[in-house]
Amino acid sequence: MIKQNELLNIVLRLGDTALLHGQRLSEWTGKGPILEEDLALTNIALDYLGRATLLLKYAAELEGNGRSEDDMAFKRHENEYHNALMVELPIGNFADTIAKQLILSCFDDILFDQLKKVNNEKISEIAYKAHKEILYHKRHAKDWTIRLGLGTTISNSKMQEAIQTLWMYIDNLFDIENIQKLDLADGTFFSLEDIKSKFKIELQNILNKATIKLPDSDFSLKDIKQGVHTEYLGHLLTEMQFLHRAYPEARWV
Amino acid sequence: MDTQLKLWEVFIQAKNGGNHIHAGSVHAADGSMALQNARDIYTRRSEGSSIWVVPADEIVATQSGDNESFFDPADDKVYRHPTFYIIPEGAKQI
Repeated sequence: MIKQNELLNIVLRLGDTALLHGQRLSEWTGKGPILEEDLALTNIALDYLGRATLLLKYAAELEGNGRSEDDMAFKRHENEYHNALMVELPIGNFADTIAKQLILSCFDDILFDQLKKVNNEKISEIAYKAHKEILYHKRHAKDWTIRLGLGTTISNSKMQEAIQTLWMYIDNLFDIENIQKLDLADGTFFSLEDIKSKFKIELQNILNKATIKLPDSDFSLKDIKQGVHTEYLGHLLTEMQFLHRAYPEARWV
Repeated sequence: MDTQLKLWEVFIQAKNGGNHIHAGSVHAADGSMALQNARDIYTRRSEGSSIWVVPADEIVATQSGDNESFFDPADDKVYRHPTFYIIPEGAKQI
Protein backbone atom coordinates (compact mmCIF):
# COMPACT_ATOMS: atom_id res chain seq x y z
CA MET A 1 0.00 0.00 0.00
CA ILE A 2 1.61 3.24 -1.08
CA LYS A 3 1.92 5.99 1.52
CA GLN A 4 0.36 9.41 0.98
CA ASN A 5 3.77 11.06 1.05
CA GLU A 6 5.22 8.64 -1.49
CA LEU A 7 2.26 9.16 -3.82
CA LEU A 8 2.65 12.94 -3.46
CA ASN A 9 6.27 12.73 -4.55
CA ILE A 10 5.37 10.68 -7.61
CA VAL A 11 2.71 13.20 -8.63
CA LEU A 12 5.21 16.03 -8.07
CA ARG A 13 7.73 14.17 -10.20
CA LEU A 14 5.23 14.06 -13.09
CA GLY A 15 3.91 17.58 -12.52
CA ASP A 16 7.26 19.31 -12.10
CA THR A 17 8.70 17.61 -15.16
CA ALA A 18 5.74 18.81 -17.21
CA LEU A 19 5.91 22.33 -15.72
CA LEU A 20 9.58 22.91 -16.39
CA HIS A 21 9.53 21.37 -19.83
CA GLY A 22 6.57 23.58 -20.75
CA GLN A 23 8.45 26.58 -19.42
CA ARG A 24 11.54 25.76 -21.47
CA LEU A 25 9.56 25.14 -24.66
CA SER A 26 7.77 28.46 -24.23
CA GLU A 27 11.18 30.11 -24.68
CA TRP A 28 10.77 29.41 -28.39
CA THR A 29 7.99 32.01 -28.58
CA GLY A 30 8.84 34.32 -31.44
CA LYS A 31 12.10 32.50 -32.11
CA GLY A 32 11.02 29.46 -34.12
CA PRO A 33 13.08 28.70 -37.23
CA ILE A 34 9.92 28.98 -39.34
CA LEU A 35 6.49 30.36 -38.41
CA GLU A 36 4.88 26.95 -38.35
CA GLU A 37 7.44 25.61 -35.88
CA ASP A 38 6.98 28.66 -33.66
CA LEU A 39 3.34 27.65 -33.39
CA ALA A 40 4.02 23.94 -33.09
CA LEU A 41 6.54 24.27 -30.25
CA THR A 42 4.45 26.75 -28.29
CA ASN A 43 1.35 24.59 -28.77
CA ILE A 44 3.31 21.69 -27.32
CA ALA A 45 4.40 23.94 -24.44
CA LEU A 46 0.77 24.70 -23.68
CA ASP A 47 -0.06 20.99 -23.62
CA TYR A 48 2.66 20.48 -21.00
CA LEU A 49 1.53 23.41 -18.89
CA GLY A 50 -2.01 22.03 -18.99
CA ARG A 51 -0.76 18.68 -17.79
CA ALA A 52 1.28 20.40 -15.07
CA THR A 53 -1.80 22.31 -13.88
CA LEU A 54 -3.79 19.11 -13.39
CA LEU A 55 -0.94 17.25 -11.71
CA LEU A 56 0.10 20.07 -9.40
CA LYS A 57 -3.51 20.63 -8.42
CA TYR A 58 -3.71 16.98 -7.39
CA ALA A 59 -0.36 17.29 -5.60
CA ALA A 60 -1.65 20.25 -3.62
CA GLU A 61 -4.66 18.17 -2.58
CA LEU A 62 -2.44 15.28 -1.47
CA GLU A 63 -0.24 17.71 0.44
CA GLY A 64 -3.29 19.01 2.28
CA ASN A 65 -1.89 22.44 3.19
CA GLY A 66 -4.44 24.46 1.25
CA ARG A 67 -1.97 25.45 -1.45
CA SER A 68 -3.16 25.97 -5.01
CA GLU A 69 -1.52 24.68 -8.18
CA ASP A 70 -0.15 28.19 -8.72
CA ASP A 71 1.48 28.16 -5.30
CA MET A 72 3.01 24.80 -6.11
CA ALA A 73 4.34 26.02 -9.44
CA PHE A 74 5.64 29.45 -8.45
CA LYS A 75 6.46 29.45 -4.78
CA ARG A 76 8.58 26.43 -4.06
CA HIS A 77 12.35 26.48 -3.70
CA GLU A 78 14.78 24.70 -5.98
CA ASN A 79 15.25 21.71 -3.72
CA GLU A 80 11.50 21.15 -3.47
CA TYR A 81 11.12 20.38 -7.17
CA HIS A 82 11.02 16.70 -8.12
CA ASN A 83 11.39 16.93 -11.89
CA ALA A 84 13.55 14.79 -14.16
CA LEU A 85 16.86 16.58 -14.73
CA MET A 86 16.69 16.66 -18.52
CA VAL A 87 13.93 19.25 -18.64
CA GLU A 88 16.09 21.83 -16.86
CA LEU A 89 18.58 21.98 -19.72
CA PRO A 90 18.48 25.03 -22.00
CA ILE A 91 16.52 24.71 -25.23
CA GLY A 92 19.71 24.95 -27.30
CA ASN A 93 19.23 24.93 -31.07
CA PHE A 94 16.35 23.34 -32.97
CA ALA A 95 18.07 19.95 -33.05
CA ASP A 96 18.62 20.06 -29.28
CA THR A 97 14.93 20.80 -28.75
CA ILE A 98 13.79 18.07 -31.13
CA ALA A 99 16.14 15.50 -29.60
CA LYS A 100 14.92 16.30 -26.11
CA GLN A 101 11.30 16.15 -27.24
CA LEU A 102 11.92 12.80 -28.93
CA ILE A 103 13.42 11.25 -25.82
CA LEU A 104 10.76 12.68 -23.49
CA SER A 105 7.89 11.70 -25.77
CA CYS A 106 9.12 8.13 -26.27
CA PHE A 107 9.43 7.83 -22.51
CA ASP A 108 6.10 9.54 -21.75
CA ASP A 109 4.30 7.46 -24.37
CA ILE A 110 5.11 4.25 -22.54
CA LEU A 111 4.94 5.74 -19.02
CA PHE A 112 1.52 7.33 -19.40
CA ASP A 113 0.16 4.34 -21.29
CA GLN A 114 0.80 2.34 -18.14
CA LEU A 115 -0.36 5.15 -15.83
CA LYS A 116 -3.76 4.87 -17.48
CA LYS A 117 -4.10 1.47 -15.80
CA VAL A 118 -3.21 2.65 -12.29
CA ASN A 119 -5.74 2.05 -9.52
CA ASN A 120 -6.07 5.79 -8.84
CA GLU A 121 -8.84 7.64 -10.59
CA LYS A 122 -7.14 11.03 -10.62
CA ILE A 123 -3.92 9.71 -12.11
CA SER A 124 -5.55 7.49 -14.69
CA GLU A 125 -7.87 10.31 -15.80
CA ILE A 126 -4.92 12.65 -16.29
CA ALA A 127 -3.00 9.87 -18.03
CA TYR A 128 -5.79 9.28 -20.58
CA LYS A 129 -5.84 12.96 -21.48
CA ALA A 130 -2.06 13.31 -21.54
CA HIS A 131 -1.47 10.23 -23.64
CA LYS A 132 -3.40 11.63 -26.60
CA GLU A 133 -1.24 14.74 -26.55
CA ILE A 134 1.92 12.68 -26.12
CA LEU A 135 1.21 10.72 -29.29
CA TYR A 136 1.07 13.97 -31.20
CA HIS A 137 4.27 15.34 -29.63
CA LYS A 138 6.05 12.08 -30.38
CA ARG A 139 4.96 12.12 -33.99
CA HIS A 140 6.18 15.68 -34.38
CA ALA A 141 9.56 14.92 -32.78
CA LYS A 142 9.99 11.65 -34.66
CA ASP A 143 9.24 13.20 -38.05
CA TRP A 144 11.68 16.04 -37.45
CA THR A 145 14.35 13.71 -36.10
CA ILE A 146 14.19 11.67 -39.28
CA ARG A 147 14.15 14.76 -41.49
CA LEU A 148 17.12 16.31 -39.72
CA GLY A 149 18.99 13.02 -39.64
CA LEU A 150 18.50 12.41 -43.34
CA GLY A 151 18.77 16.07 -44.29
CA THR A 152 22.13 17.73 -44.77
CA THR A 153 25.52 16.97 -43.22
CA ILE A 154 24.98 19.90 -40.87
CA SER A 155 21.50 18.87 -39.75
CA ASN A 156 22.67 15.31 -39.17
CA SER A 157 25.68 16.39 -37.12
CA LYS A 158 23.60 18.79 -35.02
CA MET A 159 21.12 16.00 -34.28
CA GLN A 160 24.01 13.71 -33.46
CA GLU A 161 25.49 16.25 -31.03
CA ALA A 162 22.09 16.84 -29.48
CA ILE A 163 21.57 13.13 -28.75
CA GLN A 164 25.12 12.92 -27.43
CA THR A 165 24.50 15.73 -24.93
CA LEU A 166 21.21 14.29 -23.67
CA TRP A 167 22.32 10.67 -23.41
CA MET A 168 23.55 10.83 -19.82
CA TYR A 169 20.21 12.23 -18.61
CA ILE A 170 18.15 9.31 -19.85
CA ASP A 171 18.58 6.91 -16.94
CA ASN A 172 17.44 9.68 -14.60
CA LEU A 173 14.05 9.69 -16.37
CA PHE A 174 13.42 6.24 -14.92
CA ASP A 175 14.45 7.26 -11.40
CA ILE A 176 10.93 7.68 -10.02
CA GLU A 177 11.01 6.73 -6.37
CA ASN A 178 8.38 4.26 -5.20
CA ILE A 179 6.56 4.14 -8.50
CA GLN A 180 6.67 0.36 -8.31
CA LYS A 181 4.36 0.65 -5.29
CA LEU A 182 1.54 1.95 -7.47
CA ASP A 183 -0.97 -0.80 -7.98
CA LEU A 184 -2.70 -1.31 -11.29
CA ALA A 185 -6.36 -2.06 -11.83
CA ASP A 186 -5.57 -5.69 -12.70
CA GLY A 187 -3.90 -6.31 -9.33
CA THR A 188 -0.29 -6.20 -10.52
CA PHE A 189 2.16 -3.41 -9.78
CA PHE A 190 3.66 -0.68 -11.91
CA SER A 191 6.91 -1.75 -13.53
CA LEU A 192 9.59 0.56 -14.83
CA GLU A 193 11.67 -2.36 -16.10
CA ASP A 194 9.13 -3.21 -18.81
CA ILE A 195 9.04 0.42 -19.81
CA LYS A 196 12.80 0.73 -20.03
CA SER A 197 13.31 -2.00 -22.59
CA LYS A 198 10.38 -0.86 -24.75
CA PHE A 199 11.69 2.69 -24.60
CA LYS A 200 15.18 1.69 -25.70
CA ILE A 201 13.91 -0.31 -28.66
CA GLU A 202 11.60 2.49 -29.81
CA LEU A 203 14.27 5.18 -29.51
CA GLN A 204 16.84 3.05 -31.31
CA ASN A 205 14.44 2.36 -34.16
CA ILE A 206 13.82 6.03 -34.73
CA LEU A 207 17.48 7.02 -34.48
CA ASN A 208 18.41 4.25 -36.90
CA LYS A 209 15.88 5.53 -39.43
CA ALA A 210 17.42 8.98 -39.01
CA THR A 211 20.95 7.57 -39.43
CA ILE A 212 21.89 8.92 -36.01
CA LYS A 213 24.38 6.74 -34.17
CA LEU A 214 23.63 5.75 -30.59
CA PRO A 215 26.32 7.19 -28.28
CA ASP A 216 28.56 4.45 -26.96
CA SER A 217 29.21 6.20 -23.66
CA ASP A 218 28.35 4.35 -20.46
CA PHE A 219 28.38 7.46 -18.31
CA SER A 220 25.00 8.32 -16.92
CA LEU A 221 23.57 10.38 -14.05
CA LYS A 222 22.10 7.79 -11.72
CA ASP A 223 20.62 7.75 -8.23
CA ILE A 224 20.48 11.49 -7.92
CA LYS A 225 19.15 12.44 -4.48
CA GLN A 226 15.73 14.05 -4.36
CA GLY A 227 16.09 17.81 -4.52
CA VAL A 228 19.48 17.86 -6.23
CA HIS A 229 19.41 19.61 -9.59
CA THR A 230 21.57 20.86 -12.44
CA GLU A 231 23.03 24.36 -12.33
CA TYR A 232 20.30 25.50 -14.72
CA LEU A 233 17.30 25.14 -12.43
CA GLY A 234 18.06 28.18 -10.27
CA HIS A 235 18.18 30.48 -13.27
CA LEU A 236 15.10 28.92 -14.79
CA LEU A 237 13.07 29.37 -11.60
CA THR A 238 14.29 32.94 -11.14
CA GLU A 239 12.73 33.85 -14.44
CA MET A 240 9.66 31.66 -14.04
CA GLN A 241 8.78 32.71 -10.49
CA PHE A 242 9.71 36.36 -10.76
CA LEU A 243 6.31 37.82 -11.53
CA HIS A 244 4.45 35.71 -9.00
CA ARG A 245 6.88 36.59 -6.23
CA ALA A 246 7.29 40.29 -7.08
CA TYR A 247 3.56 40.93 -7.54
CA PRO A 248 1.73 38.40 -5.37
CA GLU A 249 -1.62 40.16 -5.90
CA ALA A 250 -1.31 40.16 -9.68
CA ARG A 251 -4.38 38.85 -11.52
CA TRP A 252 -5.46 38.52 -15.11
CA VAL A 253 -8.11 41.21 -15.44
CA MET B 1 15.18 34.28 -53.82
CA ASP B 2 12.43 32.45 -51.97
CA THR B 3 13.91 30.44 -49.12
CA GLN B 4 10.54 29.29 -47.81
CA LEU B 5 9.43 25.69 -47.90
CA LYS B 6 6.74 24.59 -50.36
CA LEU B 7 3.35 26.32 -50.07
CA TRP B 8 0.23 24.27 -49.32
CA GLU B 9 -3.41 25.30 -49.16
CA VAL B 10 -5.39 23.99 -46.17
CA PHE B 11 -9.01 22.83 -46.19
CA ILE B 12 -10.76 21.87 -42.94
CA GLN B 13 -13.94 19.88 -42.38
CA ALA B 14 -15.57 20.95 -39.14
CA LYS B 15 -18.05 18.11 -38.74
CA ASN B 16 -18.39 14.71 -40.34
CA GLY B 17 -20.13 14.96 -43.69
CA GLY B 18 -19.67 18.71 -44.06
CA ASN B 19 -17.64 20.50 -46.70
CA HIS B 20 -13.93 21.05 -46.39
CA ILE B 21 -13.55 24.81 -46.20
CA HIS B 22 -10.44 26.73 -47.17
CA ALA B 23 -8.77 27.92 -43.96
CA GLY B 24 -5.49 29.35 -45.17
CA SER B 25 -2.06 28.16 -46.14
CA VAL B 26 1.08 26.68 -44.59
CA HIS B 27 4.66 26.17 -45.66
CA ALA B 28 6.04 22.65 -45.31
CA ALA B 29 8.56 20.30 -46.88
CA ASP B 30 6.10 17.48 -47.54
CA GLY B 31 2.49 16.38 -47.01
CA SER B 32 2.99 14.92 -43.57
CA MET B 33 4.60 18.09 -42.24
CA ALA B 34 1.92 20.17 -43.94
CA LEU B 35 -0.84 18.23 -42.15
CA GLN B 36 0.79 18.71 -38.77
CA ASN B 37 1.42 22.40 -39.36
CA ALA B 38 -2.16 22.86 -40.54
CA ARG B 39 -3.44 21.14 -37.42
CA ASP B 40 -1.29 23.37 -35.20
CA ILE B 41 -2.21 26.60 -36.91
CA TYR B 42 -5.83 26.15 -37.95
CA THR B 43 -7.43 23.84 -35.41
CA ARG B 44 -6.21 25.55 -32.25
CA ARG B 45 -9.55 26.20 -30.70
CA SER B 46 -12.19 24.17 -32.40
CA GLU B 47 -12.42 20.51 -33.28
CA GLY B 48 -11.88 19.79 -36.91
CA SER B 49 -12.68 16.27 -38.00
CA SER B 50 -10.63 16.24 -41.17
CA ILE B 51 -7.86 18.25 -42.80
CA TRP B 52 -6.86 18.28 -46.46
CA VAL B 53 -3.64 19.88 -47.65
CA VAL B 54 -2.94 20.46 -51.31
CA PRO B 55 0.26 21.86 -52.85
CA ALA B 56 -0.65 25.37 -53.90
CA ASP B 57 0.68 24.87 -57.40
CA GLU B 58 -1.73 21.93 -57.95
CA ILE B 59 -4.69 24.26 -57.62
CA VAL B 60 -6.15 25.40 -60.90
CA ALA B 61 -7.90 28.74 -60.44
CA THR B 62 -9.87 31.15 -62.57
CA GLN B 63 -7.99 34.21 -63.78
CA SER B 64 -9.52 37.54 -62.72
CA GLY B 65 -9.60 38.63 -66.36
CA ASP B 66 -12.06 35.80 -67.10
CA ASN B 67 -14.54 36.84 -64.38
CA GLU B 68 -16.87 38.56 -66.82
CA SER B 69 -17.17 35.69 -69.26
CA PHE B 70 -17.25 33.06 -66.51
CA PHE B 71 -19.71 34.54 -64.04
CA ASP B 72 -21.76 37.42 -65.44
CA PRO B 73 -24.16 35.64 -67.84
CA ALA B 74 -25.91 33.79 -64.96
CA ASP B 75 -27.14 37.01 -63.27
CA ASP B 76 -29.76 38.29 -65.71
CA LYS B 77 -31.44 35.00 -66.60
CA VAL B 78 -34.04 34.64 -63.89
CA TYR B 79 -35.47 31.47 -65.48
CA ARG B 80 -32.24 29.66 -64.47
CA HIS B 81 -32.83 30.16 -60.77
CA PRO B 82 -35.31 27.93 -58.89
CA THR B 83 -36.76 30.93 -57.03
CA PHE B 84 -40.39 30.15 -57.91
CA TYR B 85 -40.36 26.74 -56.23
CA ILE B 86 -41.41 26.62 -52.57
CA ILE B 87 -39.29 24.13 -50.61
CA PRO B 88 -41.45 21.80 -48.47
CA GLU B 89 -40.88 21.75 -44.68
CA GLY B 90 -39.22 18.36 -44.56
CA ALA B 91 -36.63 19.18 -47.24
CA LYS B 92 -35.18 22.30 -45.62
CA GLN B 93 -31.57 21.15 -45.57
CA ILE B 94 -31.29 20.57 -49.32
